[in-house]
Amino acid sequence: MRVVLAEDLFLLRDGLVRLLEAYDFEILAAVESGPELSRALAELEPDVAVVDVRLPPSHTDEGLQCALAARRARPGLPVLVLSQHVEQLYARELLADGNGGIGYLLKDRVFDAEQFVDAVRRVAGGGTAMDPQVISQLLTRRSQDRPMGGLTPRELEVMELMAQGRSNAAIAAQLGVTERAVAKHTSNIFAKLGLPVSDDDNRRVLAVLAYLDRGAGQG
Amino acid sequence: MSTTPTGSAASAAEAGGSPRAAGGGAVRELLVAPVRALVLALLALTGSIVLFVVVAVSLALIPVGIGVFTTPPLIHLVRVWSGHRRLLAADWAGIRIPASYRPFPRDLRSGVTGQVERCSLLLKDPATWRDLLWLLVDMTAGALIVLLAAGLVLHGLFGLLIGAGLWKPVTALDDPYWYGFVPVGGWGTALLAALLGLVLLAAGLKFGPGLVRVHFQLVGAVLTPDRQQQLEQRIDRLTETRHDALDSSAAELRRIERDLHDGAQARLVAMGMNLGTIEALVEKDPAKAKELLSKARESSAEALTELRDLVRGIHPPVLAERGLGDAVKALALRLPVATEVDAELPGRMEAPVESAAYFAVSETLTNAVKHAGADRIWVDISYESGSLRIAVTDDGRGGAVVGRGSGLSGVERRLGTFDGVLAVSSPAGGPTMVTMEIPCALS
Repeated sequence: MRVVLAEDLFLLRDGLVRLLEAYDFEILAAVESGPELSRALAELEPDVAVVDVRLPPSHTDEGLQCALAARRARPGLPVLVLSQHVEQLYARELLADGNGGIGYLLKDRVFDAEQFVDAVRRVAGGGTAMDPQVISQLLTRRSQDRPMGGLTPRELEVMELMAQGRSNAAIAAQLGVTERAVAKHTSNIFAKLGLPVSDDDNRRVLAVLAYLDRGAGQG
Repeated sequence: MSTTPTGSAASAAEAGGSPRAAGGGAVRELLVAPVRALVLALLALTGSIVLFVVVAVSLALIPVGIGVFTTPPLIHLVRVWSGHRRLLAADWAGIRIPASYRPFPRDLRSGVTGQVERCSLLLKDPATWRDLLWLLVDMTAGALIVLLAAGLVLHGLFGLLIGAGLWKPVTALDDPYWYGFVPVGGWGTALLAALLGLVLLAAGLKFGPGLVRVHFQLVGAVLTPDRQQQLEQRIDRLTETRHDALDSSAAELRRIERDLHDGAQARLVAMGMNLGTIEALVEKDPAKAKELLSKARESSAEALTELRDLVRGIHPPVLAERGLGDAVKALALRLPVATEVDAELPGRMEAPVESAAYFAVSETLTNAVKHAGADRIWVDISYESGSLRIAVTDDGRGGAVVGRGSGLSGVERRLGTFDGVLAVSSPAGGPTMVTMEIPCALS
């Protein structure tokens, strides 16, 4: 799998290169600034981009803007955004086009190498990888508000993990239930959120979007 | 909000020329100035005279001792009275008249000594004497000017009535009724009086707005503190806000130091210790070493979380990355109450102003969430004529006040450093609206 990496801190960039190479990713380019990232994304056509939100020269949200621009130029380009902090505002901007292939994680998540690599693979495959922090903020708020779409507490748990981008098998393992039970919960969730029957993977993205959108409608 | 009567009368006259002009609006515009003049004349001839006389008596009673107790509340009343006129000046003529009363010292004693102190402080304040002088001017020249404006219109209308037949009962006696210089004694002279009335009416309508304006200019001339007093007041204000700024930044530094010391630093130390233990254990007891490793990782994650929260408390990342509008939007998304943010900012302001505004909004929102019991909150951020305006409205139970150590006084102090102001409207039962205004430039 071919990766373009953008991170301005040398130590982190170096660490990410080593980590990804250890898991058999091919690093096409590891850049340290916004303009370099834009060029690399346009020329190298990677399978996935791993991007830090804050990049030189502006040291603001240059990385995020480059990623959004690249996805406008090439819809569905898989991008995993890493950040020192996660904000729903940015999560919504990333997911807004509804194309999937989006990840938004705290930088700390690289501590758990396997989960991190799993997230990169999911994003590259067109899925989502939302940081648990984004999702839990959202769910706390929803549950204090009116109950969202009448989900049961168990369904909310499943929703939370699904929104992070986990597969049914992973969710089942984490909650200690069978995969069949998870499948039942997910189809209930889809029904309650009013999502039409279609390709299952895409519906999972739509479910996340539905959640975030209701967040937007409220806020 | 404040339109100048002359301006609106002029625009009404222009509008009158166009066929689309609505008659009702134009008539209202014409009548506004005479009615206002009448109101001002009544205010000057009742309130100002009464107040002046009462205050003069009270001042005369000071040597006897009674005046010491009656003067302060009366002077307070005078201040309210002149404050009201300042408001009218801004609303009716667009003239801003600054008020500059010396604040009482914070350690004012209570009881009789405090009362004496208060009285002497008030008497030493030049603004008190300016107010009294204004009362004198208001009930003489000030009243005359507006009486002229109102009188021209009223007398003009009376002239028209005379011309319309009212002369008959009025001139029942032998001698003719003198309307101005016209001796009314028959239809001919009555028509002449009506003509004169028309002229007077026209003059009243034409010069009314101008006369009202002159009245307020007179108020301004008497009440506006001279330059030295304005500077004195400015220095007092700056000294106060500088104290507040220093205090709060020192408190902030202490908080950061404590948080780092007790939080992230402690966790990093624990992590280092764990790593040392792991080094010793890795060959002897790999299982135990593995357990400690996962603990070390947890510590590092917790240290990061704490650092992240700390950073958010010092300077929120979204604020640094996107500016005030998006930072408040991001903040709203984290609140447990549905919050709508409407931000229209054509640029970014200087970092300190941005930061002060952000934390002011943040504290106000926290207040609303904690105390108001609101279901919805609206935040409106805009930039108009050189100042940043923020309104935070909630549909909660109301009753919020500034002062007495409430969160809102903290906000007020925070804004004060930047010459910003805070206004709270929060009737019991709600809704609460907190508005902030900070003069600043956009980049």
